[in-house]
Amino acid sequence: MVTNGKREITYGDAGVEALGEEMRRDPSIVYIGQGIGPRGGNFRQTKGLWAEFGDHRLRDTAITELGETGMAIGAAMAGNRAIVDNVFLDFSLEAMTQIVQQAANAHFLSNGELKVPLMVRGSMGSVRNAGVQHSHTFYAWFAHIPGLKVVVPATPYDVKGLMKTALRDDCPVIFIEHKALYNIKGNVPAEEYLIPFGKANICRAGTTATLVAVGRMVHVALDAARILDQEGISLEVLDPRTIAPLDREGIAASIRKTTRVAVVEEAHASCGFSGEVFSVACEDCFDSLDAPPKRICARPAPNAFSPKLENRILPDVERVVTEIRDWMNS
Amino acid sequence: MKIDKQTVLELYRTMTRLREFEMKIQELYRSGVLPGFVHLYVGEEAVAAGVCANLSKTDMVWSTHRGHGHALAKGVPGRQVMAELWGKATGCSAGRGGSMHMYAPGCGFMGTNGIVGSGITMSAGGALSAQLRKSGQVTVCFFGDGASNSGSFYEGLNLASVWNLPVVYVCENNLYATEMSLERATKSLDIAARAAIFKMPGVTVDGSDARRVYEAAGEAISRARKDGGPTLIECKTYRFHGHHEGDPGTHYRSKEEIESWKKRDPIKALRESSMAEKVAGADEFDAIDRETQAWLEDAVEFGRVSPEPDPETALDFVW
Ligand SMILES: Cc1ncc(C[n+]2csc(CCOP(=O)(O)OP(=O)(O)O)c2C)c(N)n1
Ligand SMILES: [Mg+2]
Repeated sequence: MVTNGKREITYGDAGVEALGEEMRRDPSIVYIGQGIGPRGGNFRQTKGLWAEFGDHRLRDTAITELGETGMAIGAAMAGNRAIVDNVFLDFSLEAMTQIVQQAANAHFLSNGELKVPLMVRGSMGSVRNAGVQHSHTFYAWFAHIPGLKVVVPATPYDVKGLMKTALRDDCPVIFIEHKALYNIKGNVPAEEYLIPFGKANICRAGTTATLVAVGRMVHVALDAARILDQEGISLEVLDPRTIAPLDREGIAASIRKTTRVAVVEEAHASCGFSGEVFSVACEDCFDSLDAPPKRICARPAPNAFSPKLENRILPDVERVVTEIRDWMNS
Repeated sequence: MKIDKQTVLELYRTMTRLREFEMKIQELYRSGVLPGFVHLYVGEEAVAAGVCANLSKTDMVWSTHRGHGHALAKGVPGRQVMAELWGKATGCSAGRGGSMHMYAPGCGFMGTNGIVGSGITMSAGGALSAQLRKSGQVTVCFFGDGASNSGSFYEGLNLASVWNLPVVYVCENNLYATEMSLERATKSLDIAARAAIFKMPGVTVDGSDARRVYEAAGEAISRARKDGGPTLIECKTYRFHGHHEGDPGTHYRSKEEIESWKKRDPIKALRESSMAEKVAGADEFDAIDRETQAWLEDAVEFGRVSPEPDPETALDFVW
């Protein structure tokens, strides 16, 4: 679809396009996962690729996350570029030891001799009250580990550009989409482009405070910013796009301009990404701060099934607006 | 083994409840009143009914993502299962869990589960506890053909075997894990035969025949209770519907295949064979059908009018 001269496609299709382009460009890419072959992916995230690349390069597996992830890592160490799709990031937990103990360390432990060109793909977050075991938001766990890069795209444009960068990196990249975003549409140029890791996107310029968010929360932050704008609160919404590497300089520059920083997260606050953003504020631009930083995260409970309870736990536009307003007035 | 009339009627009652419950869930889900996702048990009723008819209240069951039938057969009240699927405060998990996270320890029901394969090790742990406490309890773990290819299958069965634990593994082999046929997932198609690796008895039964399931499970459960160790039972079965509500289940399974299994409907089969053998008459089955409808209407009404959970309780029970 083309609107205003711009091509609009979905977040899901942007990933399919990136995969297709990179698999054509790099014949060493092998894609391993459950339901990613003829089925085209649980989230349609490999739609149409099997028809082009076949069983040889798209490897449907049994339910075996530890096995499929270990195989992808081994294939990457041995000379292929491998993608393992755990589909739900929740299921990557089954494979955590392979990712953290093996993939992240092999380059370091081989004194730089081994490369691990690997993309671990999974989708995070809550969608349609799926219940706690299908709704986790784990990106900070991976970002804690030296040797892993962590990508958390918020828009179709970012999915394509960041995935193409991931598929040219020699380091294990954890590529985390948000389940609730697969069907959103946005501008994605047909021409090739890559988005570098570690470069934040200022989604909306503002002057009163910086609001940092990733994934679905970027959209919540933007909605809240539009509402608060009418009250004279001008929020700068900053999406770091990758949380490892993290664009500390970009975040600090925004804070120096606005003098305040808040973080909105679907993940929990404890030992998490919001604390990392606070470390930028405290270590890199403390003198610019006019107020203590603020975080608005999932309340500390497993993600409950009942909409009444889940809505209480997860941040939404209303909660962001109220808490930011109170914070500005404090 | 001759199965008495009372048991036949009991198996029929349980299976009918499971079937009617799921058909109602489908209707409610399609009408948009139930949140989340549901995986229906239609077609597989003989397995839960035949196995659980051998269990006492304190025996423990670990279930799966396709677990409404396991919960009901283990004795979790229909009202509580219904209310949980509705996300209501009166559900067995007070609306916190939903279809894939329903717990009712008072009924020996240790949870449905959204993580495939995870009950296989936990049920061995439950059996270890029963053994240590000399409680006489047996644990049962239901899991699918898909789960049988996960690492936990091998880890759980190995420890259960080497420690001679009172656990019965019931594999519901419905030939598919989502859209993945067992033949594409493994070359080891005879799942029961894998028990031999662990020197454990492995049995294959027709999972559409409630009486055969009842017998096989009865033997395994009494062996476990007498310190005879674990058993793996593979029940050959089929889900009549898609993987979950929303999946028609028809683009990766042939019409002929689906129809051939529907012809072997476990509920119809039990009714017809029992009538042919003059074990019970049509009037007795009809009476159970009527009773089932009343039971179901009560559960639906209970779910419908029950209150939503209080948002203020969202952070309870996190320690
Ligand atoms: C660890 C894990 N991996 C993947 C999934 C996604 N998933 C849910 S059900 C299912 C298929 C399970 O197949 P099977 O064990 O045969 O049970 P069935 O659905 O046929 O009853 C899959 C792959 C999951 N829930 N957990
Ligand atoms: Mg199956």
